[in-house]
Amino acid sequence: MTEGVAVTPALEIEGVSLSFGGLRALTDVTFSVAEGSITSVIGPNGAGKTSLFNAISGFYKPDKGSIRFHGAAIDRLHAPERARLGLARTFQNIALFRGMTVLDNIKLGRHAHMRTGLIDALFYFGRARREEMALRAEVEQRIIDFLEIDHIRKASVAALPYGLRKRVELARALAMRPKILMLDEPVAGMNREETEDMARFILDVKEEWGTTILMVEHDMGMVMDISDHVVVLNFGQVIAQGLPAEVQRDSAVIDAYLGSGDVGDLRRRLTGAAA
Amino acid sequence: MRIGAARQTYAADEALFETTVQRAWFAGLLAALVAFPFMADAYWLYLACLVAINVASATGLNILTGYTGLVSLGQAAFMGIGAYTVAVLEIRFGTPFLLNLVAAGLLAAAGGILVGIPSLRVKGLYLAIATIAASFILHFVFANWTSVTNGVTGLSMPPARLFGVALDTSFRMYWLIVPVTVLMVMGAANLFRTRIGRAFIAIRDRDISAEVLGIPLLRYKLMSFALSSFYAGVAGGLWAYFFRVVTPESFPLVMSIFYLAAIIVGGMGTILGPILGAAFMTMVPEVLKLGVGWLSPWVPDAVALLSPVRTIVFGALIVGFLVFEPQGLAEIWRRVRRFFHLWPFKT
Ligand SMILES: Nc1ncnc2c1ncn2[C@@H]1O[C@H](COP(=O)(O)OP(=O)(O)O)[C@@H](O)[C@H]1O
Ligand SMILES: [Mg+2]
Repeated sequence: MTEGVAVTPALEIEGVSLSFGGLRALTDVTFSVAEGSITSVIGPNGAGKTSLFNAISGFYKPDKGSIRFHGAAIDRLHAPERARLGLARTFQNIALFRGMTVLDNIKLGRHAHMRTGLIDALFYFGRARREEMALRAEVEQRIIDFLEIDHIRKASVAALPYGLRKRVELARALAMRPKILMLDEPVAGMNREETEDMARFILDVKEEWGTTILMVEHDMGMVMDISDHVVVLNFGQVIAQGLPAEVQRDSAVIDAYLGSGDVGDLRRRLTGAAA
Repeated sequence: MRIGAARQTYAADEALFETTVQRAWFAGLLAALVAFPFMADAYWLYLACLVAINVASATGLNILTGYTGLVSLGQAAFMGIGAYTVAVLEIRFGTPFLLNLVAAGLLAAAGGILVGIPSLRVKGLYLAIATIAASFILHFVFANWTSVTNGVTGLSMPPARLFGVALDTSFRMYWLIVPVTVLMVMGAANLFRTRIGRAFIAIRDRDISAEVLGIPLLRYKLMSFALSSFYAGVAGGLWAYFFRVVTPESFPLVMSIFYLAAIIVGGMGTILGPILGAAFMTMVPEVLKLGVGWLSPWVPDAVALLSPVRTIVFGALIVGFLVFEPQGLAEIWRRVRRFFHLWPFKT
C-alpha cells in the first residue's frame, strides 16, 4: 500500500447498530476489510458475530450505520442483490439444500450469473444447453478438483458427514466467484485434520483467486495463523482490532474472555497460538 | 466415479437419458403410445385421454408443490380458466386449436401469478387456504359472468379441427392430447436440469440460503405459480376439447384435491411421480365402478354409494401414502427396478 494514497477497502462497516426488541445485538460497530485480506471476527458466544454477518448479507436491517461494498453503500439492497454484487457466505449451522446432490448444490452458486430463461429451460435448447455445459465444466475444473470432492459429486448432501458438508457449502459459495467471501465458523466441530484442510483451502482461495475473506471463527490457532486483521466483538461492541499479535496482547480482549467464564482455556488458546 | 475433462463426457453425464438402456426404454414407450390407439377399444381410448390430461395437470402442480414446496388447491380452478378460454375462443372466433391452447395456458398463468402474490408472506396451510379462496372466486366468476361464460348452463363447443378433420372421437383426440402431454412432461424434465429448476428446489429446501445465492424469492415463486397454472390451463383446454361442454361445476374443489392426491401418491418432486400418480388415481374410480357393477344385484343402491366411496378411497390413499410410502409410487418403482436389476444374484 502506497503511503498517503487511500485504497478503498473491500468492505466498510460504519457505525452499525442493530437491536432485537430491547436486546442490543450490535452497537456502533465500525471496521473495514482490506481488499485481498483475511479478516477475522472473534468474540464470545452471543457477542453478535452472526448478527453482524446477517446485517452484511442483508437479512437484518441495522437501526443505524452504513455498510459499503467497494466504496458504494449497499444499505438499500436486498439479500439477492448483494449476492449478485459478489458477496458470498456460508452459515454457522450449514445451509445446504438437502434434497439435492453435491453437484446441484454447487451449481446453484452460479445461479445469479446465468441468463437462461424459463422458455430456454423448458426446451433445453441453445442458451440453456450452452450455459449448463459451461457451468458443469467450470464447477468440475475450478471447484470440485480444487476442494477435492470428486468422489461425492453425485451424493445427496443429506448423507454426507459434517466436515464434508462444510466443504460443500464452501464450494457453493466459491461457485459464485465472490469478491468477498464470508465464512461463519468454517471449522467449528471439525477435527484437527479437517481443520487444517479447511485452513489450507481458505488460504488458497485468498492467494489463487484473490478473494477477500471475512471470517468468524472460534479456533484461535487458525485465526492467529491465517488472519491479516482481527476484530474482537464483545456484547455487540468492537473492543479491539489490529494485527493478530496485537490483539492477542490486548488486555481488553483477555478481559472479554475472562467474562465468558472459560478463562484458563481461552488464555491458553490466545497465547498458545503465537507459539 | 471419475469424469475426464472432455466436453462430451459432461454432455453425456448431463443428458436427460444417461444410458443407452434408458434411451431404449423411452423409445419403446413412445412406440407403445403410438401403437396403443390401434389396439385399444373406445373405453380404453377414453381412459387414456383422461389419464393424459390428468398427467399434464398433475405435472404442473408437481412443479409448484413437489419442486417449489408451495401447496396449492387451485389446480382445477386454473384448468377452468383454460377450459373457458378455449371454449370462448372456439365458439366466438373459431381460431386454430393450438393458438387456443396456448391462450388457455397464458390466461391461466396470469391467474396463477395473481394467486401466487401472497406466497411471499404466507406459507404452508395458509397458502393452501388462499388458493382455495381463489378457486371459490373463480367458480363465482364462471357462474355469474353470464355474457361470457353463459352462467350455470355453461358452454357447448364444436370439436377441434385439424386440416378439416373434426377431432370428435377419443381416437382422434388421442393424437392431440398425448403429444401435448408428452411435450409438457419433457419440458418439466428439462426444466430441472437448468438453473430455473434448481432455484425452485432451493426455495423448497431452504429459502434463506436461496436468497444468499442471489435468487429473488418472490420472482421465482411467481414463476413457479405461472408455469404450474400454464400447465393447468393447457390441460383444461384439452379437457374442454375432449368433453366439449364446460360448466362451472366441471372443475370443483375436489378435483384440485384429486391432483394433490395424484402427486402425493405418485411421488412429489420427481418427474415420474405425477405420471404414475395421475394414471393410478384415474383408474381407481373405474375400478370402483366395476366393483359397483358386481355388487348391484345384491346391494340395490350401490350406484348411489359410488361418489362417497370414491371420496373415502381418495382420502385413504392420501393418508396411506403419506404414512407408509411418502416418496410415492415412483419410489416403489425404483425399488422394483433395483430388484430386477440385481435379480437373481441378490434380493
Ligand atoms: N433473530 C433474532 N432475534 C432475536 N435475538 C437474536 C436474533 N439473532 C440473534 N439474536 C441475539 O443477538 C445476540 C447475538 O447473537 P449472535 O449474533 O448469534 O452471536 P454470535 O454469533 O456472536 O454467537 C444474542 O443474544 C442472540 O440471542
Ligand atoms: Mg454465531
